[in-house]
Amino acid sequence: MSTSTTPTGFHESTPVPGPGSREAAHRRLVAGLLQRQGAALVFLAVMAVAWIVFPGFGTTGNLRTLALQSSFLAVIALGMTLVIISGGIDLSVGSVYALGGVLAAYGSRWGFFGALLLPLAVCGLIGLVNGLLVARTAMAPFIATLATLLFARGLLLAITGEGATTYKIDNDQVFLEIGRGVLFGVGYPVYITLALFVAGGVLLRRTRFGQALFATGGSESSAVLMGLPVARTKIMVYVLSGLLAGFSGAMTAAYLQSGVTVIGVGTELDAIAAVVIGGTLLTGGAGTVIGTLFGVLLRNVIQNIINQIGTLDGNFQSVVSGAFLLVVVVVQRTLSRGRR
Amino acid sequence: MSDAALASRPQVRRGHANRLQEYGVYAAVAALVLFNLVFIPNFMSLGNFRTQLVQVAPIVIVALGMALVIGTEGIDLSVGAVMALAAALIPLYLGYGLVPALAMALTAGLVAGVCNGLLVAYVGIQPIIATLALLVGGRGLALVMAHGQLVDIHNPALLNLGSGDLLGVPISVVIAAVPAALTGLLIRRTALGRRIVAIGGNRSASALSGLPVRRVLVTVYAICGLFAALAGVLATARLGAGDPADTGILMELSAITAVVVGGTPLSGGRVRVAGTVAGALLMQLVYATLIKHNLPDSSAQMVQAAIIVVAVYVSRERSGR
Repeated sequence: MSTSTTPTGFHESTPVPGPGSREAAHRRLVAGLLQRQGAALVFLAVMAVAWIVFPGFGTTGNLRTLALQSSFLAVIALGMTLVIISGGIDLSVGSVYALGGVLAAYGSRWGFFGALLLPLAVCGLIGLVNGLLVARTAMAPFIATLATLLFARGLLLAITGEGATTYKIDNDQVFLEIGRGVLFGVGYPVYITLALFVAGGVLLRRTRFGQALFATGGSESSAVLMGLPVARTKIMVYVLSGLLAGFSGAMTAAYLQSGVTVIGVGTELDAIAAVVIGGTLLTGGAGTVIGTLFGVLLRNVIQNIINQIGTLDGNFQSVVSGAFLLVVVVVQRTLSRGRR
Repeated sequence: MSDAALASRPQVRRGHANRLQEYGVYAAVAALVLFNLVFIPNFMSLGNFRTQLVQVAPIVIVALGMALVIGTEGIDLSVGAVMALAAALIPLYLGYGLVPALAMALTAGLVAGVCNGLLVAYVGIQPIIATLALLVGGRGLALVMAHGQLVDIHNPALLNLGSGDLLGVPISVVIAAVPAALTGLLIRRTALGRRIVAIGGNRSASALSGLPVRRVLVTVYAICGLFAALAGVLATARLGAGDPADTGILMELSAITAVVVGGTPLSGGRVRVAGTVAGALLMQLVYATLIKHNLPDSSAQMVQAAIIVVAVYVSRERSGR
């Protein structure tokens, strides 16, 4: 990725609260607010407008569906956030997501743990391969994960008899609860996703690993010189991304009660878009998981609104998504210029 | 026919590893052809040979534009969407005749490329994100224009582009040869070619030495968009229908693969035109070989993944990050 041509003026927004003066910190906060929390602000605004304009939007049912639908992509985007903060990218998540679903359905014949552990093991292994290729052979993340994208899709086809077999999960399986269970009217996937995001936030902000991650993404050579375990951090990040994508696939399989083979094509791009909209910079070294969560929510709310309008061609969804992504990055870019 | 290692990385490379890096892709293509000649009867039959070439033609065209973009340390994810736009526009304007329809499709590609270039060069957005927006939005726009439907084409002149012959060579192959030759000349014989490589090698140094960096970047993305639209025209002509839903799906990945397997590093500063063509041919031959040996699609994909890893491992930048 081209890090050389892009300004790195964002490293001050890494989580360490520096000992700078109070006013300076305050100014930084305000200037950075739109950049980092822009997605949250726009999300709230769009929600408010949609709530008022479309009577069908604010209903409990619709909001429930919205939250549930968002959770699957959100889990993938969480892993992508970590990878992008490390200065890399993971294109394999879409295929790994689909593979995770198929493996979960396949593994459900061995009960709950089969359905859960089989996808996690295989997808974690694919993440490990990504990490080793990126960290140990210095291969560009874009290409290394492009190869595993193909590999994971091929593996999926091999397991499912070239996509002809769709494994079902039996009705009496406890595993189905992961996708279909409901607590206080809200689906389990929503709780699981929130828990994962909290864990992700703590991992980033409160642990040695998180610090090493920001340092690696900010300036890899400096991180190496400081004696940080850069290679190990990178490998770990890709493993986490693979695990999360695989888990999201398993959750989807539980929700759909089968391992659908055709999902996940292009999902990596949705995840990247959500991460970028959430304010994480593709150059690495800065980013928040909460921004990503709002990035995913924003994407799904906009799709939901287009559905609410009803008369619009469904294909407008992607036109709007593309235009929206463009507006967000242009605004981010302008803001980051102003802050230099 | 080998591509000169171009000026920005002047160190002369020697040794086995480097020779493998330089000529590996040609050797692989030759080995694969030989293997097939021996083990698959009728492999070199004219019909099969033609089929392979016709199938690879759109990929070659897109990959050439992609090679230029990658040479500037960029990437263009929107090529598949631009193909879809071309596929949607052709049936819309075919009523006015073949030339206006082609002109509209190619203009759309050019405009899309210029937009990408402006975003990258003037707004300063990272190429991957700037072109991702068009990937997401472009196909949607194409589907909206075509009302989400596949439109049959009955114009004989256009259909001829997809299935006709010129002196015994499929027309689409002839058409693909033109951008290949032009790109080769562009890189090796023109100032623009030198500038592309220089900018990819070191953008700030290029800017400091007075190269029109932004203009060159816009030009490069415009060429890439134009080539993608041309590939969209060929794909449409071959299919005999404008199909914005499926034309060019995942083409960005095939094109990037061809470029990288052909030995052009993703870090820019080097464009291998003949290598790119060979890279596209190699991936096509690998696929055809596996299929002819009755290996299923799944194995073909996994083998392709392995080939990408090996090719990039061999040709990776030793000094790079």
